[in-house]
Amino acid sequence: MPLRKKPFRLSIWQRRTLKAIIHGAASGYLFWLFYAGVNDLLGPDPVEVLINETGIWAIHILLFTLALSPLAKWLPSPEPMQFRRMVGVYSFVYAFAHLFTYVFFELQLDMALVLSEIVSRPYIVVGMIALILLLALTATSFKRIQRKMGKRWQSLHNTVYLILPLALLHFSWSQKTFWQEPVWYWLIGLIVLSPRVKMWMVKRQRNRKRKTKPQLA
Amino acid sequence: MPKPFKPSVKLNDNDVTNESVYMNRRSLLKSMGFVGASALLAKSANAAGWFWGDDEEKSPFQSKPLSFTQPPKFQISETRTPENKVTTYNNFYEFGTSKDAPAKNATAFQTNPWTLKVDGLVNKPLTLDYDALTSRFPLEERIYRLRCVEAWSMVVPWVGFELASLIKQADPMMSAKYVAFETLYDSDQMPGQRSRFMGGGIDYPYVEGLRLDEAMHPLTMMAVGLYGKTLPPQNGAPIRLVVPWKYGFKSIKSVVRIRLTDKEPPTTWNRLASNEYGFYANVNPNVSHPRWSQASERRITTGGLLARNRIETQMFNGYTEVAPMYEGMNLSRYY
Repeated sequence: MPLRKKPFRLSIWQRRTLKAIIHGAASGYLFWLFYAGVNDLLGPDPVEVLINETGIWAIHILLFTLALSPLAKWLPSPEPMQFRRMVGVYSFVYAFAHLFTYVFFELQLDMALVLSEIVSRPYIVVGMIALILLLALTATSFKRIQRKMGKRWQSLHNTVYLILPLALLHFSWSQKTFWQEPVWYWLIGLIVLSPRVKMWMVKRQRNRKRKTKPQLA
Repeated sequence: MPKPFKPSVKLNDNDVTNESVYMNRRSLLKSMGFVGASALLAKSANAAGWFWGDDEEKSPFQSKPLSFTQPPKFQISETRTPENKVTTYNNFYEFGTSKDAPAKNATAFQTNPWTLKVDGLVNKPLTLDYDALTSRFPLEERIYRLRCVEAWSMVVPWVGFELASLIKQADPMMSAKYVAFETLYDSDQMPGQRSRFMGGGIDYPYVEGLRLDEAMHPLTMMAVGLYGKTLPPQNGAPIRLVVPWKYGFKSIKSVVRIRLTDKEPPTTWNRLASNEYGFYANVNPNVSHPRWSQASERRITTGGLLARNRIETQMFNGYTEVAPMYEGMNLSRYY
């Protein structure tokens, strides 16, 4: 059920201001994290704080990105879609900062260890796959490439529905026990994805009907 | 124009209550014979609990200085982890699973009165009360490396006594082969024991165990303090085990019971994930945790992100004198 009849719109200035705020907050927080880390302002173990914060914010932003299109339908408004690419790219930026912290500050560039850990630890493999997919989506996020790719662009970008469970699996698997924070994220993830699941079910049923009709005729 | 503020009571520096008197105000009240009066006060505080209950009922934990010797053998030269890091970066799931949770959630943890029972296969079972923990045995300071299974490490000046002297007093029977340890179970005080989410879904009470020869080893100690003062709750007040050649989770905190047995006792992390955490849990750079390498560790001392603090992990955390106890054992099987 849409919230209101008339689509909700922002003026160009409102949209620009909002974008500037999002840019400022997302890049500002990341910058502050590294600044505070280098200056030993992040508590007993800055590396742990930095890894946790970049990882968890990559997931927060990814969930937010996925919430934008249901939000657009519900308001209704074309505005949230204007922000989706920008927010999505920040999810990649945070995920990349997460890997960067792991390689530079956790393993401290012991490259033999970096390679063996990335290849042989399942939860890191899962995280890497999610990150590589995010990289692919970011690299193809320009309008020109989108036009060039045509239909394939949408199928590539549908992998975002795979990235979320991979990222959450990586998160859950990194903990020492199951009953911790990630459980809530799985729940939120299910809620965010539920409108899509409904859509997919409807589509599948329609496809089935189409396939079966000609046979009857 | 607003009126300038004039306090109705004027106090000078010499009106200020001396800090030590302020800190001891409760014992002061008692020693002055105002037991009845304080009981009355406590009741009225209960009645108004919804308003200022927190302030009145939970007195924050205070560390007390201890007296101890400093045997030169245990004064190692490695840089110590600063006290504020040792006391704010803790794994103690009874008070929450994040590293900073125990320091925040354990401030009101009551450790006095306390009873530590030593029983099981012993001829003279014994009980230590709160005062006995720090007075029954001469205390010494030992600076030990602490290696967490999560691949970080610290250097901590513990104050305590050898577990062996405690066990000897209980006079173990010939049949005793293992020692089982148990943490306090008090879900009123330990929020992690009340809630699955807060306590990580572990079965409480937390239990640990050692082979008797490991427990009797002169390196194995019961710590009652660190940095010269009684342990803060997040570090396992009022008494904890410290086994420096094993991963940190073996060094069980806030111990209430030590039981000698003839069978290998169950241990908490082994019960939860036996493929990741063994009974022995000796620090071993050659046997990796299924999810990460144990070949190196990050030493937490001072400095920010750019401090190059990754160092190689030593076999038995550098305490090679324990090696004879494991001669002939396959340490990748008994990890």
